[in-house]
Amino acid sequence: MSHIIEFRDVTKVFSGRAGTVTAVDHVDLSVEEGEIFAVIGYSGAGKSTLVRLINGLERVTSGALIVDGEDVVRMSESQLERKRRDIGMIFQQFNLFRSRTVAGNVAFPLKVAGWPRDKRDARVAELLDFVGLLDRAHSYPEQLSGGQKQRVGIARALAAGPKILLADESTSALDPETTQDVLRLLKKVNRELGVTVVVITHELEIVRALADRVAILESGRVVESGTVFETFSKPASEVGRRFVSTVLHDQPRGDDLARIRQAHPGRIVTATIHDGSRLGAVLAGAGAHGVTFEIVYGGIGTLQARSFGSLTLELTGPAPAVDRVVADLRGVTEIEEVA
Amino acid sequence: MNEGFQWSEHGSNLIEATGQTLYMVSATLLIGGVLGLALGMGLYTTRRGGLLQQRWVFGFLNLLVNIFRPIPFLILLFAVAPLTVGIVGTRLGSTAMIVPMSVAATFGVSRIVEQNLVAIDPGVIEAARATGATRWRIITTLLVPEALGPLILGYTFICIAVVDMSALAGTLDGGGLGAFALDYGYKRWNFGVVWVTVIVIIVLVQLAQALGNRLSRKVMHRN
Repeated sequence: MSHIIEFRDVTKVFSGRAGTVTAVDHVDLSVEEGEIFAVIGYSGAGKSTLVRLINGLERVTSGALIVDGEDVVRMSESQLERKRRDIGMIFQQFNLFRSRTVAGNVAFPLKVAGWPRDKRDARVAELLDFVGLLDRAHSYPEQLSGGQKQRVGIARALAAGPKILLADESTSALDPETTQDVLRLLKKVNRELGVTVVVITHELEIVRALADRVAILESGRVVESGTVFETFSKPASEVGRRFVSTVLHDQPRGDDLARIRQAHPGRIVTATIHDGSRLGAVLAGAGAHGVTFEIVYGGIGTLQARSFGSLTLELTGPAPAVDRVVADLRGVTEIEEVA
Repeated sequence: MNEGFQWSEHGSNLIEATGQTLYMVSATLLIGGVLGLALGMGLYTTRRGGLLQQRWVFGFLNLLVNIFRPIPFLILLFAVAPLTVGIVGTRLGSTAMIVPMSVAATFGVSRIVEQNLVAIDPGVIEAARATGATRWRIITTLLVPEALGPLILGYTFICIAVVDMSALAGTLDGGGLGAFALDYGYKRWNFGVVWVTVIVIIVLVQLAQALGNRLSRKVMHRN
């Protein structure tokens, strides 16, 4: 696989009346051709800016940004306009043209790319069929539901046959069920059309459902990146752990921790769970050492078709025996003491 | 003297005056509408964060509009008289009045256009840019359609101001309903004529507003 997008020490600084803000701070990142790459971060982390650097809607302040073999940093505005035809984009608020029908919205990029009318009509029909909206071709955006609007957005973004699709919080304005529809459609775009997809989100659920690899962005910096499984089964950063805790009760914190401490006087440890960790066997043997256990907290889910999660256990019994059981647990998985 | 409105006596003059008013108003709306649209688009595109952001151009256009807009129409009427003579050849009559009326309408329309374009969701412009559309294409094919509903309402608003201007212009040898009400009504102390003129103007304004409302609803596609 080759890099279709490569950030090399990219920085974006906004300067305004109130001073300067570094929205993207020395980012190195690469997206492989044909993958779904997610950038996750809280609002204000700089992810919307990061994605807009790729198609030049925002200009890089320093560094190099290679998109499909060309450095967009060096391009003029008119060169960028040409380049953008190969990069589709969808938005949180859909941003459809209200004055144009569904078909007119999808036809817009084709007009921009100079397609003749007959080819354009055929292409619009093909795309509307792909997103399942052929019967709404003559409707106006205001007559559609949110999910339908985003499907039009996707059809418009794909119209001119781009190699890359940028999705900026594309499901954040949708209800959970519609979100699943749109995610399925994005997956279909990636698998069937081979389009490289870059997804910007603040929800781990989206990354989990969609992405192959992920970068975590905080204050304009990439704090972690890797495959989704590696990154979220063993998050190395505090932000990564916080994201994991939004989908899994991986480790008790705050009020939960205080409540558990109060109710459970024994030794409390958190065990990481993944496929093949033989926790059960060790715990089954704990009784022989005079140690009893209680599961007090935790959650197990799947990431990229592999289990991950953690269970927090209270171990009660004579201290040396508990030490022995903890040592055995360490033999099968990672164990963290809960303070 | 004060015998009220007599169709036999005033009818043909009323019809002629109504025709002159419609002529002045429609010509002004056309000329001032097109020039005002261009000026308004200039203001919108060159402002900070605009598609063609140009600080000095914006500053100049903004100043120009701010200079002309507050001039009371009556004074503008005199002030542009040399221009009127230059273009039309005379400063009297309905055709001559179209010049000052168009000048006033241009600057009024420009602000209405600017306001309605500013209200376009920036995300829509961004989406168009993301497709690779040139700024020129966005300016020429997207801006006006996206703001068309409110623009029509804005033009309707200006239309009514132009009817008002035409009445004032009429009193200065411009003809039209203003002159008719002044000459046959006020000067002869015949309030029957004044009130008939007022009713005709109200009907014209109502028709314009109804048409504007209808068109704007039609282009907004909200059902």
